Amino acid sequence: MSRAPGTGGGSEGGGASARGDDREAGRGEGDRGTPEELYARLKAFEGRAGTVGGVGKDLVNEPMIRHWCEAMGDTNPAYAGKDAVAPPTMLQAWTMGGLSGHEGRSHAYDELLRLLDGAGCTSVVATDCEQEYLRPLRPGDEVTFDVVIESVSERKTTGLGTGYFITTRMDVRAAGEPAGTHRFRILKYAPAGRSARRGEAGPAAGAGTTDRSEVGGSGGGGSGGGGSEGSRSEGAEGGKGARGDRGARGDRGPSPVRRPRPVVNRDNAGFWEGVSRHRLLIQRCDGCGTLRFPWLPGCNACGCPDWSTVEACGEGTVHSYVVMHHPPFPAFAEPDRATGRPGPYAVALVELAEGVRMISNVVDVPYDRVRIGMPVRLLFRRMDEELELPVFRAAGERGR
Amino acid sequence: MSAEAGRTVRAGDELPPLEIEITRTLVVAGAIASRDYQDVHHDAELARQRGAPDIFMNILTTNGLVGRYITDHFGPAAVLRGVSIRLGAPNHPGDTMVLTGTVEDVRGDTARVRVVGANGIGRHVTGTVTVTLPGAGAAQEPVAGAEAGRA
Repeated sequence: MSRAPGTGGGSEGGGASARGDDREAGRGEGDRGTPEELYARLKAFEGRAGTVGGVGKDLVNEPMIRHWCEAMGDTNPAYAGKDAVAPPTMLQAWTMGGLSGHEGRSHAYDELLRLLDGAGCTSVVATDCEQEYLRPLRPGDEVTFDVVIESVSERKTTGLGTGYFITTRMDVRAAGEPAGTHRFRILKYAPAGRSARRGEAGPAAGAGTTDRSEVGGSGGGGSGGGGSEGSRSEGAEGGKGARGDRGARGDRGPSPVRRPRPVVNRDNAGFWEGVSRHRLLIQRCDGCGTLRFPWLPGCNACGCPDWSTVEACGEGTVHSYVVMHHPPFPAFAEPDRATGRPGPYAVALVELAEGVRMISNVVDVPYDRVRIGMPVRLLFRRMDEELELPVFRAAGERGR
Repeated sequence: MSAEAGRTVRAGDELPPLEIEITRTLVVAGAIASRDYQDVHHDAELARQRGAPDIFMNILTTNGLVGRYITDHFGPAAVLRGVSIRLGAPNHPGDTMVLTGTVEDVRGDTARVRVVGANGIGRHVTGTVTVTLPGAGAAQEPVAGAEAGRA
């Protein structure tokens, strides 16, 4: 991902922490309560910072590169000699706390792990690692990193036991430049009928990198037992909110069909925080003043990463719309007034009075009455006990 | 290391398999080289207490081996752009992991390779590697200097 050149340093991290940190998290360590309550508390960690301004313990250096290459049996000449680069796959190694650990770790991440420990999910397995390399690391580079808790899945039953997938994302910089991203997923679980309980799962993980990797096996949501084939279990994709919520909720009988959860990350956390206070926030570029929506880390017009927010006044017009008839998605549908069953629903592109457009629903009006140019007004509608969304209703006909 | 650079790489190409003996030394050396001191990667006794039959390879080592598999094959001018892996059956000492790879697609000089590492109990790792191959791709100039892709 490229950033526009020449946009003064430092703003990226500053912006991120300002945006990422002020959500409410589960408090305390008590773990009683219903699975729903626990899940709501776990969910509150999404978007929170894991580590901010972490610094690698060692500069990138030839001895560590050589030791790595020896261990891996990697004889690639690119990793040795005068113009050596570090093996890109070492990315995470430069951020590890080692035996002495990192001080100044995030409380949020520890809190999240403790909450799960308290709920009996004492074991950990690393299931996924996704890395992108943006710039080679060379001896002498100082490595710095920020971690954000990207998502916490719903409760999943896997071959190993029942637990939650936690996905973190680390942005790694070398000598101040973006060098790579490292997305890491662990399953924190209660071992399935195993004597090795109270395994206390090792010491606290380092710096949100969750150094511990353990017996893989990722049979999310699938059949129990022997899930070590590990390959097919797409259910292991904890926390990809858009996947819909049915089925995976497990043990609580048939749950009503719920809207997919939004994926909150540090680029959009401020938007959702605004929603929680019933404010629809639009980003405004600090560089050129251009408004933008949906939320993005930088300005499309000038590339500047600095921004502030403007609250939408709530007036808008339908710029365009579609009506969803088929296939039916009951989670999105308003009950049909005649039949009481989920019916077709209108998805509108609403142009706000401020000039930006957003996709939402037009509610409280029959789907076939929605029209281009129709004036609408913002409201916040509660979808279920956890989720409120900004939607629109027809603004009074007698107009403004 | 085959001199793959300059040869056309196509979707569907299969990489020759790479067999890796999972020795106790490899598991421990990989864990330490990646600065991962979790006991399950070096202390068999504690690993057993936690319900595993023995120590097992950490995910960073798997990641490193997958990267090595790709650059061993495509040569030192190949540059890794991304590695995404998912773990399955653990790599315990005494086992052998066989890495296989298939080129999924090639765009310009960048290829995506699907990698699977199978051991005696199942698939240890499945993943995708994105790699830039200077000189690869249909419409490329013949290898314009081995350093071309190393930005």
